[in-house]
Amino acid sequence: MNLLRKTLAAAAALLATTAFADVNIGVTISLTGPASGLGIPVGNQFKLFPKEIAGEKINLIVLDDASDPGKGVTNARRFVTQDKVDIIFGGSITVVSAAVAPIALESKTPQLSIAPVGVPPEQEHWMFRLPQGFSVMAHPIVEHMKKNGVKTVGFLGYTDAYGELWLKEFIKQGEAAGIKVTATERFARTDTSATPQALKLVSANPDAMLVVASGSGAAMPHKALVERGYKGRIYQTHAAATPDLVRIGGRDVEGSFVVSGPAVVAEQLPDSHPSKAVAVDFVTKYEAAVGRGMRNQFAAHAYDAQIVMEKALPVALKKARPGTPEFRAALRDAIEGMGRTIFAHGVMNWTKDDHWGYTNETGVLLKVVDGKFVVER
Amino acid sequence: MDATIAGILALDGLTNGAVYALLALATVLVFAVTRVIFIPQGEFVAFAALTLAFLQMGQVPGTVWFLLVMAAAVVLQDLAAGWRQRRPAARLAAQAARTLAFPAAVSLLTMWLAPMQLPMLAQAALTMALVTPFGSLLYRLAYESLADASVLVLLIVSVGVHFALVGLGLFFFGAEGFRNPSFWDQRWQLGPLTLSGQTLFIFAASFGLIVALWLFFERSLAGKALRATAVNRLGARLMGISSSSAGRLSFTMAAFIGALSGLLIGPTTTIFYDTGFLIGLKGFVAAVFAGLASYPLALVGALGVGLLEAYGSFWASAYKEVIVFAAILPVLLWRSLRDPHHEDH
Repeated sequence: MNLLRKTLAAAAALLATTAFADVNIGVTISLTGPASGLGIPVGNQFKLFPKEIAGEKINLIVLDDASDPGKGVTNARRFVTQDKVDIIFGGSITVVSAAVAPIALESKTPQLSIAPVGVPPEQEHWMFRLPQGFSVMAHPIVEHMKKNGVKTVGFLGYTDAYGELWLKEFIKQGEAAGIKVTATERFARTDTSATPQALKLVSANPDAMLVVASGSGAAMPHKALVERGYKGRIYQTHAAATPDLVRIGGRDVEGSFVVSGPAVVAEQLPDSHPSKAVAVDFVTKYEAAVGRGMRNQFAAHAYDAQIVMEKALPVALKKARPGTPEFRAALRDAIEGMGRTIFAHGVMNWTKDDHWGYTNETGVLLKVVDGKFVVER
Repeated sequence: MDATIAGILALDGLTNGAVYALLALATVLVFAVTRVIFIPQGEFVAFAALTLAFLQMGQVPGTVWFLLVMAAAVVLQDLAAGWRQRRPAARLAAQAARTLAFPAAVSLLTMWLAPMQLPMLAQAALTMALVTPFGSLLYRLAYESLADASVLVLLIVSVGVHFALVGLGLFFFGAEGFRNPSFWDQRWQLGPLTLSGQTLFIFAASFGLIVALWLFFERSLAGKALRATAVNRLGARLMGISSSSAGRLSFTMAAFIGALSGLLIGPTTTIFYDTGFLIGLKGFVAAVFAGLASYPLALVGALGVGLLEAYGSFWASAYKEVIVFAAILPVLLWRSLRDPHHEDH
């Protein structure tokens, strides 16, 4: 009995010391709840996370926040007090990321958000974002419009923050390129009809339309525009770059343009696109693990988190030991200072003043041809 | 705005209004008979549309499991109650068999028929058969034991039921939206207006259902029993009308109407697991126009809500919902000034 107790104590002590030296990563993602469609692919990708980076053992502690910011806060508190993590990944939706940010600041822990999120300036210091911002995604659309002589655009977008941020960014970049938004209409995902909005937009007769909506919700307004006889170009944003758009939109979305991150169209990318090799690697490994055709833009962000760690961890390890406040600060500095890095989802270049960071090489414009997304050159 | 645009908007508004009208009628019916303000009415709309979408893909819809779970829960509840009252086992077993028979039969039928890709109307019928039993099961599970509680308690229960159904809907149907194909793909050009077969289908089905309801309440014994319960619960019970079977019947009808609305609206928009709530809420606004009492007024209110929504989204699309739901305020004011009555709780 005594011997057993001694052995156990020794084992526990051993475990404690090794655990102390390991790099601990706290992951809070939405594996259940309304946003689980986004969180589950992220979780799948994290199952492929390496067990060891730069000779250090990695402990990935994955917790479900059930799409609930309150639960996200509880998870984050556990990470910083109990698990003493060196970095937090998450959340996978904006509201959770925003709720975790104050805890990251308070505990001086770097945070890699898998969702696009705006935070107050003081929290910005510890916050890095993996998804593309609106400006890099608006860039290819504006360029394409400019090239094709589009001068006026009708805007049909969600009444929420996604629609609002797109509108602001698009007006800004459009003005610089001589493109004017001549009509602005709103709708909600759960609306039963967008006919009135489509009527008004079509009667304004702009050269092109921009539909700002997500997933299967993007098809209804698109169909309404086509049904009201609109013949011009229709553009869709990156949240609509899923097979659902074609599944529900059918013939009506044929020939429309969708902007997307490069990861989901890996094989089709021109060889000149910097992300090609990395994106192909992501798609191959992810589909080998999860299933053919299961590639997903959110999983690619989780893949990119791994690229960040592979680049930043060796730099931070030179300065301090994991589990200490110094290490967390060093890790943050290493991420901020890692410079131009090729991600599966584009080219990242975080700087002191820009924690969104993607460069304009990132976005890819796709065209719907015969019900499939084809890269528009 | 010219006459053409006004015409197209009016058609769009009336089409949606016709669906809201069905939901408003169901809301009025349930409230009149059971005093339940049935917030989850819209959930049936989403369940039916999604069930049909799954059948279209040749998959077994989540509704099947959902229905079986609900039926099993009701059986457990009955068994617990029966055991406490020390009822004979044979009677308990018979009761359980009666509860389970229809859901189990429909579920098995669906599992057998789903991969066969039947014609659309057969799938629609199957959908109706799957969603309609939810009404009675829901009533027995959540409301029956509280039948004599105050309107406020029943309202709070409704809110809870709504949240539970939306969460379960997500679990059983997934987060993706679906759009069903039209029942009738024909299109006619009426001057500047394009009348689609689906629009006609919606008007015809709404009108048909309203007539059927009228006949049911005027001519059938069950309908008269429901009316009697609505007028005076105690009086009806003294006349030998069971208020709990009246409740079950009204909820079954509400589920039937909700499911029909789902089939009608499914081809005109993308339906998600949580779409039903807003559609149902607009039906509720229309029912409030009618003071939760008058069927013809509810119809008028629903068409009004549909028109208001169409013109509202044309003029100020960002404020569409605000306009529709704010319209309830003057109506409430007018109603409370016209017939002020004092609640006793």
